[in-house]
Amino acid sequence: MILSLEITGSYYLVVAALMFSIGAVGLLVRRNVLVMFMCVELMLNAVNLTFVTFAEMLDDVTGQVLVFFTLAVAAAEVAVGLAIIVAIFRRRRGATADDLTVLKG
Amino acid sequence: MIGGGIDTGTRIVGPDVDFLAIGPVLALAVAALVVILVRAILRKRGPVNQISLGVGLAGVAAAGVLLGIQWNEVRDDGTITTIAGAVRLDTFGVFLGVVVLAATAMSLFLAASYLEREELEAPEYYALMLLSAAGMLTMTTANDLIVVFVALELLSIPLYVLAAFDRRRLSSQESGIKYFVLGAFSSAVFLYGIALTYGATGTTSLTGIADFLSANTLFEQGTLLAGLALLLVGLGFKVAAVPFHMWTPDVYQGAPTPVTAFMSSATKAAGFAALLRLLGVAFPLYRTDWRPAILGLAVLSLAVGSIAAVIQTDVKRILAYSSIAHAGYILIGLQVDTARGRQASLFYLLVYAFMTVGAFAVITVATRKGDDKHSLDDYRGLALRRPVVGGLLGFFVLAQAGVPLTGGFVVKLEIFSSAVDAGEYGLAIVGVLAAVVAAFIYLRIAVALFTSPGGEAADASEDRPVDRWTAAVLAVTTAAVLFAGILPGAWLTFAKDATFL
Repeated sequence: MILSLEITGSYYLVVAALMFSIGAVGLLVRRNVLVMFMCVELMLNAVNLTFVTFAEMLDDVTGQVLVFFTLAVAAAEVAVGLAIIVAIFRRRRGATADDLTVLKG
Repeated sequence: MIGGGIDTGTRIVGPDVDFLAIGPVLALAVAALVVILVRAILRKRGPVNQISLGVGLAGVAAAGVLLGIQWNEVRDDGTITTIAGAVRLDTFGVFLGVVVLAATAMSLFLAASYLEREELEAPEYYALMLLSAAGMLTMTTANDLIVVFVALELLSIPLYVLAAFDRRRLSSQESGIKYFVLGAFSSAVFLYGIALTYGATGTTSLTGIADFLSANTLFEQGTLLAGLALLLVGLGFKVAAVPFHMWTPDVYQGAPTPVTAFMSSATKAAGFAALLRLLGVAFPLYRTDWRPAILGLAVLSLAVGSIAAVIQTDVKRILAYSSIAHAGYILIGLQVDTARGRQASLFYLLVYAFMTVGAFAVITVATRKGDDKHSLDDYRGLALRRPVVGGLLGFFVLAQAGVPLTGGFVVKLEIFSSAVDAGEYGLAIVGVLAAVVAAFIYLRIAVALFTSPGGEAADASEDRPVDRWTAAVLAVTTAAVLFAGILPGAWLTFAKDATFL
């Protein structure tokens, strides 16, 4: 018996939505700044998957082009973000958000 | 044909570019690159600082002249759409461009003496601020969601660095990382909104989305509405509307004060530019869906911004909460969704830029070196010790409270009357109540300024004289706020001309 499972576009969209949710929840619950940072990357890649899937479903090349914009912007964001993280945690023990307590009120 | 069937003679035709439309952005970007080059080539600190400030101001001036030419062009000949529909130059974009540029110029002036005093790297600072301003100007004329996204990132990424610019001060670094994490989160949310909107309509062009929605009835609206909601969340972060405001008090408090002035005035204008354009150009047919959402944002921003400010004791934090409340007023003009409402919102953004930059300008000179003593106690008796400085801070907080004869009164009046005109009485009442609650905290600052500190008298010898750059900013902002309060006619006409989307 051959089990046939047709993978349609909506499967990819659901996977992307799950990835995005995992990233968003992770960002909100994790305390390590580097892990929070990875969660942002997960969210951005979920968006990329969504763009590519829609481009395929709509038979339109725009969505694929948009991925390049996202990648370029994400790279710039990583460079700046890591620089700030390095600058701030050079003088502290660990990279957890719980240590950031100067500003509150 | 040579080359395996490929016609090597084929010309690749790019889209037409109207350089006038992107002129101001180019001017700022070129100025920023020149500053970085000068910094790399010259080594001596003193001249480099002077040259980079000069280049930066020249870039801003050139952008200002180009905006003036643009204004005449689009007012007489109508909207210009260029670069394959990605950029749309209209009076609305030019108006907010003027707001952004005015705020940028004033923030550069404030930074000039601040950086010298705090011994920070001036050229990098100017370059980052110019790049951020270039992103904001791109945002005001963007007609494609992906351009909005790129502009959003171009304005945000330099701001993350600027917020963390004072490397020796922990609070500055902390504000940088907090702004970065929440900013990156909101950008990702915004981008997912673009993806869903693209999936539902097959285009990312704002006018394209509107055309598609008026020509087709969507069989299933879930994707589009989810996309629209995510876009609103992403922009809600940028304009600091409740419940997306958590970063605002921390970032405003920790960032160097000239950066805070820049963020509260220019970033807000750019965020509202994108919001107004998105809702007004792309989704006018879905107004019954987004108006309740904007209503919620406006009411929450007014309530939280006004009430939470009362329990704060740090002046920069108080001003941060008040900027959240001001976002609420501007959202009222957006929510009523009439030409009058849009005019009131634009007018509010223009006058608010002067009020907030003025207040933060006083704060840069009122405190001593270090930029971390901003509690109400530090300001107690300031007006007795230094009448001009303290008096001006009192003037700007009273203007923000909406005292008559200041611009703050007229803009609030415009917002409320646009709401009443549209029959939104409830919203107008919420706005007035919020203004009453907020008046309490502004009065608290004003009273603190004029009461004697008790205990030991503050050491007046540590007070800094007001340098000429800051004095210029204070003169301009004071004049603008008074002028808007006494003779608002010309400003209102300017804002009215800019309401055509």
